[in-house]
Amino acid sequence: MDAPVKDSLPAVAEAPPIRVTGLNHFFGDGEARKQALFDVDLTVRPGSLTVLMGPSGSGKTTVLTLMGCLRDVQDGSVELLGHELNGAREADLVLYRRRLGFIFQAHNLHGSLTARQNVMMGLQVHGHKDEALQRKAAAHLLAALGLGDRLDYLPGNLSGGQKQRVAVARALVGNPAIVFADEPTAALDKESGMTVVRMLKQMGRERGTTTMMVTHDNRILELADRIVTMEDGRIVKDTAP
Amino acid sequence: MTALLGALIGRLPIGWLQLIHSKTRLAAAMAGVAFANILVLVQLGIMGSLNNSILISYGLLDADIMISAENANTLTEGDNVARQRMFQALAVPGVQSAMPFYVATADWQRPDGDTTAFTTFGIDPERGDFLSDDLAPFAPRLRLRDSAVIDRGARGIDPETLAAIGPDNPMRFEVSGLTLTAVDTLVGGGGFAGDGYMLVSDQTFHRIFPNRSTGAPDHILIKIAADADPAAVLAALQAQFDGTGLRVRGLEDAALEDQAYQTTERPTGLIFGFGVVIGVLVGIVIVYQILSTDVADHLAEYATFKAMGYGQSMFLGIVLEQAVILGILGFIPGIIVSWLLYEMLGAMTGLPVELTLVTTAAVFAGTIIACLVSGAIATRRLAAADPADLF
Repeated sequence: MDAPVKDSLPAVAEAPPIRVTGLNHFFGDGEARKQALFDVDLTVRPGSLTVLMGPSGSGKTTVLTLMGCLRDVQDGSVELLGHELNGAREADLVLYRRRLGFIFQAHNLHGSLTARQNVMMGLQVHGHKDEALQRKAAAHLLAALGLGDRLDYLPGNLSGGQKQRVAVARALVGNPAIVFADEPTAALDKESGMTVVRMLKQMGRERGTTTMMVTHDNRILELADRIVTMEDGRIVKDTAP
Repeated sequence: MTALLGALIGRLPIGWLQLIHSKTRLAAAMAGVAFANILVLVQLGIMGSLNNSILISYGLLDADIMISAENANTLTEGDNVARQRMFQALAVPGVQSAMPFYVATADWQRPDGDTTAFTTFGIDPERGDFLSDDLAPFAPRLRLRDSAVIDRGARGIDPETLAAIGPDNPMRFEVSGLTLTAVDTLVGGGGFAGDGYMLVSDQTFHRIFPNRSTGAPDHILIKIAADADPAAVLAALQAQFDGTGLRVRGLEDAALEDQAYQTTERPTGLIFGFGVVIGVLVGIVIVYQILSTDVADHLAEYATFKAMGYGQSMFLGIVLEQAVILGILGFIPGIIVSWLLYEMLGAMTGLPVELTLVTTAAVFAGTIIACLVSGAIATRRLAAADPADLF
């Protein structure tokens, strides 16, 4: 049933992975219409780990979902790997999403698929047909994340930390250009949380993967290349520790 | 199974894995689909029994053409035909033979106080060739006054008593103050007009119904000569009786017109037809509910797949995969229970309720189509939404 896969996007030379300019966003209609983002500008360097901070309701998850093609851009410009998202066709958005890896606050694993099958879904989206190879790749990555003995467990039989690590494997298995992570450590204890973030950081170094992470977690800040703080829909602070 | 489906579809059989993940939900969904099937099949069975019972009555006869009064919508309804019309018909070239045919309902007041209504055919005992092959041998035995051949499947009569009737063991019973002798039994069956069939000679018929005139049969049956063109003879007869207020039809056409009349103009038929329509509608609603609930339950998981870069065709694939599997899994218990209900209904009412291959195939195809369309509609919600709104 899969659509023919056109996985190769035309490369745009020298384009930053993410460039946001003059981004506004609104929720609701009519009387209830409320502006959530005000004139946000943000450009991210390749291979960097950027942390988005701020109190709840400050708009950081909204920015993340807009950059990740999970929401339609209403006003302003979001360029992802050199491609403008504002006004992009759904078919193109589907292609852009395949270059991204997502790690959500809730693990969002598919409850009917085993850990290995969940990770395989991250490969099948690229149209890989060789199932044996997919099984091997998924097992390899899960083993690297310390889940080698949990390959055929359903998510319901895994702990919170284990599930989150499966979600990380699913996001990374397709070798994404950019990883978006929304509070990836919220459900984890300190040790597993740090493991996940170190892994993302290492990926950035080795493969040039850019990471954009929303978090409340102060422990992560020391690993970040850049910390952007938001309040009430605006960027109020932008620092490099 | 998983590997087989995976090879078949070319990806992980997510629909199948979702279904077997929650056994109780699968059982509930299967029960729902099965119920929808049973609903439609039972309604079709009742409707079909009406159609069958009509065909059975015509199937007891063997003729090419039937001449009836214009208002004779069924075998037993309408005016008579003057016997002299038979002689006019016989004068038409190509007509080989003709027989006056009498029909009426005779009530047998049974010893237990209830009544069995026999749809009684009065025929010329010398013209057994106007009866079906099964009945033809009985004709000569009706020559004896007050002899009758009665229905083995007649409602209200002990089946063992009926089965015991034979040349050596006739049964006497009283109809309209006349003592009849059942010399044998025929296979007919109860319908909506009567409880069973009875075959008597025309003489006996007029003793049972003394107010009926021998000069006015209900229908005239006609056989066409072997070397004549049936269509030409029919046309000639129709021309002959044009303007006389008579209907000249092939026997099969008469049966079909009778069916059409009883199913579309008679209250019983209309009600059964309504039953089928309502059954189909309710069945579709049930199937749609099952699939749309399932999509709603997995919306967050689908949204994750959408965020990963899967397109709408993949979700449609999952839901259609589930639709087909559910359609098949639900159909199996559905058809088994329906078959049992048919047997029960047939035994209880004596009606010819029959589960035919055509009905089965049509309902199966309908189930799969309803599942597919419901699934396709149910995924539209997913297409319209931003993935971020679905987590």
